[in-house]
Amino acid sequence: MTSERPPYGRAPTRARVFAGAALGLAIVGGLVAAARSQETGNGFLAFFCLSLPLAIASLLYGRHAETLVVDVDGDEADEAVARSARRIAVAAIVTSAALTLGLGIWSAWNGLQDVGDTFFSWQHIKESFPDVAEGFWLNIQIFVIAEALVLVWGLVVATMRRSQGRASAPLRWFAIAYVDVFRGLPAIITIYLVGFGLPLTSLPVVSNPDLSIDIGPIHLDQLACLGILALTLVYGAYVAEVYRSGIESIHWSQDAAARGIGLSRGQSLRFVVVPQAIRRVVPPLMNDFIGLQKDTALLNLLGVLEGFNIARIYAGNSFNLSAVTGLGICFLVITIPMTRAADYLVKRDQKRLQASAG
Amino acid sequence: MALVEARGVVKRFGDNTVLAGVNLDVDAHEVVALIGASGSGKSTLLRCINGLEAMNAGTIRVDGRSVLQDDIKLNRLRRDVGIVFQAYNLFPHMSVLDNVTLGPRKVLKLSKADADERARWLLERIGLAEKADAYPDRLSGGQQQRVAIVRAMAMRPKLLLLDEITSALDPELVNEVLEMVTELAHEGMTMILATHEMAFARDVAHKVCFLHQGEILEEGPPSEIFTAPRLERTAEFLRRTLEAGNR
Repeated sequence: MTSERPPYGRAPTRARVFAGAALGLAIVGGLVAAARSQETGNGFLAFFCLSLPLAIASLLYGRHAETLVVDVDGDEADEAVARSARRIAVAAIVTSAALTLGLGIWSAWNGLQDVGDTFFSWQHIKESFPDVAEGFWLNIQIFVIAEALVLVWGLVVATMRRSQGRASAPLRWFAIAYVDVFRGLPAIITIYLVGFGLPLTSLPVVSNPDLSIDIGPIHLDQLACLGILALTLVYGAYVAEVYRSGIESIHWSQDAAARGIGLSRGQSLRFVVVPQAIRRVVPPLMNDFIGLQKDTALLNLLGVLEGFNIARIYAGNSFNLSAVTGLGICFLVITIPMTRAADYLVKRDQKRLQASAG
Repeated sequence: MALVEARGVVKRFGDNTVLAGVNLDVDAHEVVALIGASGSGKSTLLRCINGLEAMNAGTIRVDGRSVLQDDIKLNRLRRDVGIVFQAYNLFPHMSVLDNVTLGPRKVLKLSKADADERARWLLERIGLAEKADAYPDRLSGGQQQRVAIVRAMAMRPKLLLLDEITSALDPELVNEVLEMVTELAHEGMTMILATHEMAFARDVAHKVCFLHQGEILEEGPPSEIFTAPRLERTAEFLRRTLEAGNR
């Protein structure tokens, strides 16, 4: 580099040329591709995959050039050049990205239409929906009952695990073993063993083929009840851990204050520690509930005629998967509002905490 | 017989001996101030007196009842021994009123109406009646600490333990709390207070105990301790505290 050159050399000019090349490449490629799209679409897709990185590289180089020449007091010619280089590079990126996407859709149009027909056929969704919705109603009944049981059972296990003293050591061991086993087993194995195994035993209640739950609009037969039992075993283990972490997150000084006014250990847990713990664990609890709701579909393994089983039968008969998509939408209608509600509760709790800190 | 009799109380956390054989007598209606540097064992001694902390050796009797590590007996004892903490420790999920009435309702088995009435009366006396339905996070530190004292007093304890109750407060909020304690002292409440507020200890306490490394090195009436301490260590502690206060 010769002496009269500024130390940054010709970086801004070079950046502008570089960016201009990227933009030109994108536009020319786009025109050629549009002209010959049908027969060689995929080749041009590859071309655009090259032009986009080139445009991004030119933007980075342009920014580098700009930092070299930037000057706080007023614009100078080299700054203007660098700035225009950056603008051209951005234009090249946008053009490449848009053309890549457009050409991708264009060249894969037939395939995309097949995707629409296979997954989103309105006709099939509409036809299957009454049956699928009826099956999904069974999923709802199952997870409502299972969630109620899990809430109670999880708290029982968490309390057992936190019990103190030598006399309750067996309770602690049981709780630890239970959580280890059912958190470690794949849910589908638990469901399989409980659903197919327990009816073969002579155990009371669970092996009774007339076992059923009838509460208001909820009617569940033996298979569904066993499915609920399996899901409660699996999710009870998770939820017990959630409760435990919540209880342990309450500062010991709260318990000290409760004991200090004469409350017994149990009263302190019941009136002071657990109410605060539950507020804290609502979001992770909601997450586990969403998992449970989705896992009701696993009960199709047992032959429970829930939504997925019905949708699968329909899909098999019609050689079209749209019935299953319809069921998927049913699940999303329930689970997405739940995740939103969980987020809202987290935010509200944070606000309260900030209010108390300030 | 003294209301509180501590004999040879030893408390260790691992290898760290926090209390190394403490003897203390507190008569009914007496106010005792525990002074000493941080880590000298003041708080631990208070927590041993109501059984929140288990002793390693020694005995404590409160109102003739031995403080043993028996859950049921301790629950009974703690009805009569209120404690107020440095960080207030109000229950954040309950209104002020519920904070105050939880003990009377669940431990003394008062009806909700009776407990509420008495709690409102107590809150009225300290000028916080209109905060009865507010949650603790809406109160200033001084207000929270006064509610914490009311919460302890609602159990009609025979003894009140105050564990550095002004240490977490902004300076301008300290007085409202100390005034309340002074009033309790005038009413004849028996209190043991761990404190860094020397002026307050001098004014309100009948007896001052200087703790150093888990032992009560010197005790006596405040007039004696603060003006003519027998030990050089006590004098040095007071000098340092005074300097820190003047800075």
